[in-house]
Amino acid sequence: MSEDTLAVKNEYDIIKVRGFGRNLAARLGFGVVNQCRITTAISELARNIVVHGGGGFVTIKTIENDRLGIEIICRDEGPGIEDLELALQGGYSTVGGLGIGLSGARRLMDEFEIDSIRGKGTTVIIRKWL
Amino acid sequence: MEIPILKIEEFLIVSFQTELSDQEITKLTEEMLEKIKKTNAKGLIIDITALRIIDSFMARCLSSIADMATLLGARTVVVGMQPAVALTLVELGLRIKWKIQTALNLERGIALLRTVMRSEKDSVYE
Repeated sequence: MSEDTLAVKNEYDIIKVRGFGRNLAARLGFGVVNQCRITTAISELARNIVVHGGGGFVTIKTIENDRLGIEIICRDEGPGIEDLELALQGGYSTVGGLGIGLSGARRLMDEFEIDSIRGKGTTVIIRKWL
Repeated sequence: MEIPILKIEEFLIVSFQTELSDQEITKLTEEMLEKIKKTNAKGLIIDITALRIIDSFMARCLSSIADMATLLGARTVVVGMQPAVALTLVELGLRIKWKIQTALNLERGIALLRTVMRSEKDSVYE
């Protein structure tokens, strides 16, 4: 079982943390396509942390019930998401991005949970099972 | 890291060999545009064979590069996308926003640029 938490403050951390996720996904036995899905989802959420959250942390760990899986927890203490429903719809961006980060990450993974409190921050948990 | 921009005939070829940071992609974009201007290149081929991930940020960068090159009169083709990357990009929800020409590999990319340029030339003389 593996669990690591990395600080995400800038663009270089995005590359680092998604590389970390890919390595664990590969070690667990995820195929190339799922590795790509997981890595991309991490990249989208890590960028949200940098752009919107003012930095934060990403925890990447092995999970297990009947199967093995990977869980990624992304948390920041930024301003929170004003309109969560809108942000999850996709195609909406407050900073001129494509606005597909959150909705895209949700589609790429098996499970997706989000908790955003105005003025307190945002936590996103994503999981993929083998 | 210095990323070479090669010129073959009237085309520029840039190959992304590693994951690029935001700074590197910004710098490379400027260099590509400068070189299009300096060499009168009519086409820009971006080879992404080595990229194992393209997130929405990178996709937007590629799209911007293609738009900017078009303003200078050069057509852009992105070649060599890995199947897993293509699959992920569509699932991510990008297909509506992706307007860039693509080809399977470098050879087909060059062929595509030649076709595009020939048809543009024909339409001018019609």
